[in-house]
Amino acid sequence: MVNYNLTNQRLNKQQEMLLEIQKLQFAALDIALFLDTHPNDPVALYRHKMYTERLRQVKDAYEMEFGPMTIMGHEVGDSWRYINGPWPWES
Amino acid sequence: MFIYEKKLQYPVRVSNKDVRMAKAVLTQYGGPDGELSASMNYLTQRFSMPLNELKAILTDIGTEELGHMEMVATLFKKLIKGATKDELIAAGMGGYFADHETCPFLVDAEGEHWDSKFTQAKGDPIADLYNDMAAEQKARATYENLIVLTDDPLVKDTLRWLREREIVHFQRFGEGLRLYEEYSNSKKYF
Ligand SMILES: [Fe+2]
Repeated sequence: MVNYNLTNQRLNKQQEMLLEIQKLQFAALDIALFLDTHPNDPVALYRHKMYTERLRQVKDAYEMEFGPMTIMGHEVGDSWRYINGPWPWES
Repeated sequence: MFIYEKKLQYPVRVSNKDVRMAKAVLTQYGGPDGELSASMNYLTQRFSMPLNELKAILTDIGTEELGHMEMVATLFKKLIKGATKDELIAAGMGGYFADHETCPFLVDAEGEHWDSKFTQAKGDPIADLYNDMAAEQKARATYENLIVLTDDPLVKDTLRWLREREIVHFQRFGEGLRLYEEYSNSKKYF
């Protein structure tokens, strides 16, 4: 159902990592909604664990390189890169 | 609480500027069956839900709809970007431009303002969940109408993805309704 790069445009590193985060987070979110109404489903629990673990890794790497995605993210540089563009509606 | 995450839930791209389409998609931002109405329905109704499954599903779908609002607003901005005076007037957006420039605003496709009357919170789980399932079907139908109005494959892709989410939400609310019915049958109120 999901075609994340319909235009096959060349993505820069930030766009590529963001796309990976979007895919993983979407998978985790969709399974989480299922778990809300099936809280004991072992397969869904396993898949959610798998996607969120991978998501955490990719997100950590992204934030290290491009700054926090949320105001609770860890800023390792000496300026608050959270404010840097492009913002989601601009890119 | 809510924390903003600086990314769209799914990429939003357009091939070309299309002012007429920008005006139409606004209805999923601030129209009666749009994402704001859906989000406010669920995030409000959850306060009187008796089961943890229902509190969770209303919270999480209500939150996802906020992300969809951001996607629809982004779609609007990309479709209207670079519009000329003549294009705005031809699309019937002269009045809109006077009031909001090209900022997305909470109106339907005809410029009617959003109203909390578009939402419901009956405090009764059966009434509210049926309302929510209907809301998802109305949103799905609106996305299908919007897909008919465009030939741009990138715009269609975004709208199809949003349409698909309404189907998943409908499914989850249906499961929630069944859970509530099992619960209330085991309790016998009257
Ligand atoms: Fe929805």
